[in-house]
Amino acid sequence: MTEFFTYVIQGIPYGCVFALVAVGLVLTYKTSGVFNLAFGAQAFVAAAVYYDVHVRHGWSRWPALAFVVLVLSPALGLLLDVAIFRHLRTASPIAKLVASLGLLVAVPQIVSIWLGQSSTFGVVGIWWDDNALYHFGKFVLDGRQMAIIVSTVVAVTLLGFLFRFAPIGLRMRAVVESPRMTELAGVDSDRVSAFSWMLSSLFAGLAGVLLAPLYASLASQNFSTLLIAAIAAAAFARLTSIPLALVGGLLLGITQALLSGYLPPASVIAQNLKPSLPFAALFLLLLFWPGLRSAVQNKDPLSGVDPPPSPPVAESRGEFLTKTTRVFGTVVVAGALLWLLTSATSYWIGIATTAVVLSVIFLSITVITGMAGQVSLCQATFAGVGAFSTAQIVKVFGLSVLPTLLIGAFVAAAVGALLAVPMLRLGGIFLSLGTLAFAVMFDTLLAPLGWVSGGAHPVRVPRPIGFVDDRSFLILCVVILVIASIFVIFIRRGTTGRFLHALRGSETASRSIGINPTRVRILAFAVSAGLAGLGGGLLAVQKNIATKEDFGYFLSLFFVVLVVTLMPSTVEGAINAGVGFALVPEVLKLVGVSVSWEFVLFGLGAITYARHPEGVLEFQKRKSLAAIEKRLPARWRGPGVDPTVLPAGSAD
Amino acid sequence: MSEAPTTETPPPGLDTAAPLLEFRTVDASYGPFRALFDVSLAVRPGAVTALLGANGAGKTTVARVATGLVRPTKGEVWFDGGRIDTLRPYRIARAGMVHAPEGRSVFASLTVRENLELGFRRDLGASGVNAALDRAYELFPRMGERSKQIAGTLSGGEQRMLSLARVMVHPPKLLVADELSLGLAPIVVDEVYRNLAAIRDAGTAILLVEQYVGHALAIADDVVVLTHGSVAYSGPATDLDDIAQYLL
Amino acid sequence: MALLDAVDVTKRFSGITALDAVSMRVDDGESVGLIGPNGAGKTTFFNCLLGLLRPESGSVTFAGRNLTRAPVYRRARAGLGRTFQRMELFAGMTVRDHLLVAERSRLGTGRFWKDVLNLAAPSADERARADATLELLALRDVADAPIEALSLGRGRLVEVGRALMTEPKLLLLDEPSSGLDAAETAALAATLRAVQAERGTAVLLVEHDVEFVRSFSDRLYVLDFGTLIATGPTAEVLGSDEVRRAYLGETV
Repeated sequence: MTEFFTYVIQGIPYGCVFALVAVGLVLTYKTSGVFNLAFGAQAFVAAAVYYDVHVRHGWSRWPALAFVVLVLSPALGLLLDVAIFRHLRTASPIAKLVASLGLLVAVPQIVSIWLGQSSTFGVVGIWWDDNALYHFGKFVLDGRQMAIIVSTVVAVTLLGFLFRFAPIGLRMRAVVESPRMTELAGVDSDRVSAFSWMLSSLFAGLAGVLLAPLYASLASQNFSTLLIAAIAAAAFARLTSIPLALVGGLLLGITQALLSGYLPPASVIAQNLKPSLPFAALFLLLLFWPGLRSAVQNKDPLSGVDPPPSPPVAESRGEFLTKTTRVFGTVVVAGALLWLLTSATSYWIGIATTAVVLSVIFLSITVITGMAGQVSLCQATFAGVGAFSTAQIVKVFGLSVLPTLLIGAFVAAAVGALLAVPMLRLGGIFLSLGTLAFAVMFDTLLAPLGWVSGGAHPVRVPRPIGFVDDRSFLILCVVILVIASIFVIFIRRGTTGRFLHALRGSETASRSIGINPTRVRILAFAVSAGLAGLGGGLLAVQKNIATKEDFGYFLSLFFVVLVVTLMPSTVEGAINAGVGFALVPEVLKLVGVSVSWEFVLFGLGAITYARHPEGVLEFQKRKSLAAIEKRLPARWRGPGVDPTVLPAGSAD
Repeated sequence: MSEAPTTETPPPGLDTAAPLLEFRTVDASYGPFRALFDVSLAVRPGAVTALLGANGAGKTTVARVATGLVRPTKGEVWFDGGRIDTLRPYRIARAGMVHAPEGRSVFASLTVRENLELGFRRDLGASGVNAALDRAYELFPRMGERSKQIAGTLSGGEQRMLSLARVMVHPPKLLVADELSLGLAPIVVDEVYRNLAAIRDAGTAILLVEQYVGHALAIADDVVVLTHGSVAYSGPATDLDDIAQYLL
Repeated sequence: MALLDAVDVTKRFSGITALDAVSMRVDDGESVGLIGPNGAGKTTFFNCLLGLLRPESGSVTFAGRNLTRAPVYRRARAGLGRTFQRMELFAGMTVRDHLLVAERSRLGTGRFWKDVLNLAAPSADERARADATLELLALRDVADAPIEALSLGRGRLVEVGRALMTEPKLLLLDEPSSGLDAAETAALAATLRAVQAERGTAVLLVEHDVEFVRSFSDRLYVLDFGTLIATGPTAEVLGSDEVRRAYLGETV
């Protein structure tokens, strides 16, 4: 029994860590309606700045802490509100999620660039002495743990008082339900929302400063993984209750401590179970926790005030312009291929192959996000499933590589379909969070296993016979990309694609003409996962090895951000994204700046998703083509759309 | 519409005292969809002006323009001697205009008490809240019984009473009441109208958006009829027959 | 046997009874109107018929099949077509494609392998049927225009056309005249009468515009505060005092 309590006590500091982040997530969600994945990034900013001023510049502890938590963090929150989220109040929850996803990808990279390459070891906590030991009967806590426990208790208590007794708590909750009705009560909703962002950012800052010393060095990845783990506690609190978020965090920490205490240390599965527990818990909570999905968003009764979303710039251009752009594109692609196949160095051939292979993976996002309108955050995992299946089947059964690539794609498609069945019941941001939980669960629980990835000895895969040298392998990849693209185009033109288009337009109307939404969407998930699996297999073959590092969850996030920024809805967009992924780092190297700017560039680009769901690049392309068309002589122009006609579906 | 009055001459039947709320040739639209065309109307202090018209005629839009939820694309809106069409809704609310919007007009996720508190704190300051709450519960004992209940679970009629309670305890200069009787049982509608009469007697002017013509005319001093976003009739509330020709 | 037989449909929203044991029958080829003031429960009743809402009690039988628990798409395939008060069109799709999607859904021939082999393009037969509907609704000239370019009135016709493509036995029209001006409403009513004359589809019409209802429906149901207060031939119901009160208020 004492053993049990020892584990419980050991779990409490970790539980407080989860709780602090979960409370922050719930706070942001409650007071701004945004499920803020960028919370981890905000925490990282605070941790990095605290490290910089305290350790590097020698500020003493308390001024450094006060500056970071009370000045910098609220200022960052204010900036996020004024620059981004204030304009997204009426955007769909999924658009808000994508914006926060973009920040999660971009912000830590900005910080890393600022921190520079030098060592970031030796992070110091806020307690008088991090390593001092405090004895409570039989139990021992160190300074870091004391700091976390004390700060969590104080912060949550203060928050409780704020919500209970100060008018601002009430106003924040009112603004989330309906900023306009709050204004009708004479309250300035902009000020209230600015305050909520500053408050939740303060929480992020506090969490960042407290958490940093728990890790050996300052790395953004730790913060994003912790953030995703804490989502489980937030989900436990149904995203609404701050006390329940606290309880959820503690439960999570204690369960982890119990697991590591009681599970046999020799079993690999058991060892993986501990780090993956929060993600497994999140996955199960999303599926089975009553009241989470049915936590009805009280719709803003005044949402009718908003004008109907303006339709994307119509794609009706004349024959002439279409032909010209097509000819231009063909010439560019043909020229690039010719160069690659004749005079390019193997370095550039490698880059081109990466571009082509990733284009295949990005086609999977074209299907799931562009065609089906779902934001899946586990596409790299599907690619991993394809890669590991291909590698293992080639190794174990000695099948030849090319047909095995297809088998790998089918395995990934099957996994995608199986995952889709429970996920599609969720919908909206919960579907995205569920796929994210699946991705991290796969990373921590399954990917390290020997029969999946080969464990410590990654599985090697040969190139197919006849395509061993780089140039011929590039040709093979191009052929596969062309076939995959035609496959996607056919599906888009076919019944599946048209049904998905209808579902995107109006699910209710689609059902009312007899379309079974679940069936069509499961198909889309399977096709998407299959394409990702095919691309993943190709990636493994290109590198001759299937390693789990190539398919981590963070890549899934970056993939989505990249494709969504460019053009999620077309095959051309997937290829652009593939080329961009491979080429942008080269361009950055040429210019002489850090490669991290790629993440910053696309991460910030994703914030525009709310305004341009068709992709910024696509939007700019349509706009400039429309502008060119206007200048063409009349006989070369297309039929055009008369913009003065009233659109259908406007309300009183 | 040829019947639409012009701004220069006040509509017949209205006295020439400065109106509390005035629309001057207002156009309004939702994105590309235009909802109001050249609307001019006036609400006299202390009077009830009924805004009638078919579904989709633009009544709700008039209410939303008045309280700043929708910005007019043309024209001016004046309230209590100041121009308000560029102000944010909370500024207009602080100037003394309360809007009970169409449909659900309470915060469904807050309790009854919190719904009242939100407005009272703004209007009366922290010290006045408790007295105001007591007064509201006195006027509407059912609100007192249910003060801890989540407002979203109240019946439609109780939700209306809740939004009226705030107005009755702290009368504004103007109440914009948008389809208050929507979906209510007749007996509840009667109660709503008794309360509206009490509010008017306390000196509050009311802009009453209504589809139950009969009810509206029973309380209205002036009537404005909208058809297809334009003013078709504007004048004193007289016989239903005169006005009926503009309706349906 | 009635085409549609809804019995004692009751629906509550957090304590508020939106529909209180509402029963309704519609026979083959009949044109029935459902009227009542805003908030009386008309759209709720529609949604219960179509499965968008689950009633607490009561049953819905259609064409001899009990559909009370069936999902929406199954009801649609059984022959219930509908239009929407707030239009639900497929953004970015042409008018013709709206009809072709509905046609493909009706045929149920959309096999995935056909997509993959590029054999899923609309057949000549499907195109001909879509053309016939375009013709019937006078939408020929905008057939290939994106839906965003249409006026509200013609948008409503596209919804009617889309529903007609599924060959409904019963067409439910939810306030088709809302947002239309008098001329547009008259044109819509004329078109709907033409549709009914040609296809013989039974129609259940929810409508505010009394003239529209008078000119279109043989029989009326009147819903008020979630309860049926009157039913009978159109002229008789519209003439009754109780109905006039429900519409124009008690003081009339």
